[in-house]
Amino acid sequence: METHHIIRVVGVTKAFSLGKMPVQVLKGVDLNVATGEYLSIMGPSGSGKSTLFNIIGGLDKPTSGRVFIDEVDISQLDAYELAWLRNRKIGYIFQTFNLIPVMTALENVTLPMIFAGMPGDHAVDKGRKLLGDVGLGERFLHKPSELSGGQQQRVAIARALANDPAIILADEPTGNLDSTTGGEIIALLQKMSRERNVTIISATHDFKMLSVSDRVVWILDGRIDKIELRDELKISLGTIQERHEPARP
Amino acid sequence: MPETENRRLRPKISRQIVLPWKKSLAMAVSSLKIRFLRSLITIFSLVLAIAFLCFTLTNTAIARELYRLHGNMALPLLIQAGYLFDPATATINAGPKELWLMVLSLLVCTVGIVNAQLMSVTERFREIGIMKCLGALDRIILRLFLIEATILGIFGAGVGCLLGMLAAWGGAFLNYNTFDCSEIALLPLLAEASRAWGMGIGLSILGVLYPAILAAKLQPVIVMKEEY
Ligand SMILES: Nc1ncnc2c1ncn2[C@@H]1O[C@H](COP(=O)(O)OP(=O)(O)OP(=O)(O)O)[C@@H](O)[C@H]1O
Ligand SMILES: [Mg+2]
Repeated sequence: METHHIIRVVGVTKAFSLGKMPVQVLKGVDLNVATGEYLSIMGPSGSGKSTLFNIIGGLDKPTSGRVFIDEVDISQLDAYELAWLRNRKIGYIFQTFNLIPVMTALENVTLPMIFAGMPGDHAVDKGRKLLGDVGLGERFLHKPSELSGGQQQRVAIARALANDPAIILADEPTGNLDSTTGGEIIALLQKMSRERNVTIISATHDFKMLSVSDRVVWILDGRIDKIELRDELKISLGTIQERHEPARP
Repeated sequence: MPETENRRLRPKISRQIVLPWKKSLAMAVSSLKIRFLRSLITIFSLVLAIAFLCFTLTNTAIARELYRLHGNMALPLLIQAGYLFDPATATINAGPKELWLMVLSLLVCTVGIVNAQLMSVTERFREIGIMKCLGALDRIILRLFLIEATILGIFGAGVGCLLGMLAAWGGAFLNYNTFDCSEIALLPLLAEASRAWGMGIGLSILGVLYPAILAAKLQPVIVMKEEY
């Protein structure tokens, strides 16, 4: 059976112009992502992970190249269609959580559903259920500032799942969390992706992420350095950690 | 192929991002409540300017009423108070100094509102970016800011009008106590006050236009930046 590729990245480059000097951040990235896959993007700081994340998620436009989501070229979409894509197709999770500070956990989770036109009481029911699923059944009336980092990230995961997206994009979802909490968040992401057959793409420095990934894409200086399947990873994981871990603070 | 694919998508999704009016209103109100201090700062100049506008307009209306009731007997006092009497049409008008001050205060007030709203939008860059990541359209953001400004205008200008009217009535009691004021009709005074009120609401909306457009045009990718 042919695998269905929910995301296809074709020859994507991205240059930022800093003053007069253009900086080439992505230098030609090609990548196919299968439906339901858990993909990690690894690479040193500044290698272009977040830039690629933004482009795949329709938050930023590539300088050249194309991104297809469900075979639709997202550079061809107008503002309405892009908004729809962000609302329905993709859920975003960020390193800094990015919850709306003036809203409660529940309001944060229901907002994408309201935008999607869901009636208020349905949205509240579903929001409560999602918050329960991520382990925050009781704390739905708290503001983000009253929640711990791990709890905030759980709210963000619930919000990302609000409209049953096909794809979840996570940029260093454990970057601001301690190791244990980070592990819990990773386990939660994995559980959600299994249960809901959501495709997850996660940019990360966190080696705990590798063991749950189906594939790992290594980015180096704006290019894909290598792509490893989970089985290959298990073999080389020890050496990877030896190579990278000491360099981290 | 992507072109045809997109066309197939278009009719299906064009109307699918919404924020019902009721929900917009609730969000605007809660946003104003939560940022109460910021809201107060935003309307501060509006309250002052509209209080002054309403004071001047009501005063002029009182002067007209006095002239209507007492005719030429009231004229010396009114002219001494700075009003202009146009014998051709037999009307009392505010003096050039008052007109000039009114225009000036409204200008300053508008600049004050634009400034405060720009600061408020800047404080909310991240929040707006997040909403855009969740699918908010430009016009949803725009609408939220317009509703907030309208509410601020209704309250700010309302308070300003009340202050202005009280001051004008108080002043009239002191200055015109030699005349019988019991016959003064309320309606023309209230008409002037509501003019000032409407003007205040208009200015509040005018002052938020540029900041709101700025907010609506924000790119969702700004949520990735640390500095906001
Ligand atoms: N808006 C921008 N303007 C100019 N340069 C930018 C911009 N965004 C990113 N860059 C540059 O692009 C390069 C890659 O940045 P990116 O954020 O994609 O790296 P990253 O792999 O996510 O790093 P990290 O692991 O630290 O998050 C960096 O050198 C950065 O300075
Ligand atoms: Mg990054």
